[in-house]
Amino acid sequence: MSWFRKPSSTPLWRDEFSVHTVDERYVNRRQFTKFLTLTSFGMLVGNLWILARSAFHRAPVYPKLAVGSVDELAVGGVKIFAYPTADDPCILVRTAAESFVAYSQKCTHLSCAVYYEKEQNRLECPCHQGFFSITDGSVLQGPPQRALPRVALEKKNGQLVAIRMEGDGA
Amino acid sequence: MSRNAPQKKGLTAIDGAMVLIVILLIVQIWLLSATLESYLAGHREAAVPGAIISGILFAACLGLYRLVDRIDSDNRQG
Repeated sequence: MSWFRKPSSTPLWRDEFSVHTVDERYVNRRQFTKFLTLTSFGMLVGNLWILARSAFHRAPVYPKLAVGSVDELAVGGVKIFAYPTADDPCILVRTAAESFVAYSQKCTHLSCAVYYEKEQNRLECPCHQGFFSITDGSVLQGPPQRALPRVALEKKNGQLVAIRMEGDGA
Repeated sequence: MSRNAPQKKGLTAIDGAMVLIVILLIVQIWLLSATLESYLAGHREAAVPGAIISGILFAACLGLYRLVDRIDSDNRQG
């Protein structure tokens, strides 16, 4: 028993390759509709994949990494470092005498390297003019949809230590 | 009435169903991209409603495809 169509005595090959023009229009539309429905199934699989990733998510363990000494940077100074792995470039900025912030250097749009624009006091992505707030990494302008992941820092014995990433979806 | 009249009527119904499927698909694509953006931003709470709504949209597409299939079958068998 067919799930969709009424049982037919017509062989499938004859049904799919009709000699009549009107019937052929039907075949084309049905095939296209089938393609659209399969695409819809693909979208569902994508959503289910995100659901599965969310359900089986485990909180990552971040290493502690000494980024540099507090006196190393002048106000407005910048240092590039890698955290939590060697493939994750980050940018450290001294925004005031006692204020340091660090973010992932990968733009959340297409992963270009962001840099600190001192005059505007913001992080900028040169590829597509995405601007991020230096205060919290949120998007100020441009195509990025998400804030820059932030590196949580702590001061220990005059050293700045990266302790975890925040807002990176990991 | 000629044989072509019900045939054309069937084609119009199929065209309507196709347009509906396309609209549902556009919504589903948007939903997937929005859910993915939320997930990547660390908001995992959007995953469950995203998957449920996507499932409903897929079920609607499947229902419309079934309708198209039945119309096709009915018309071509005379």
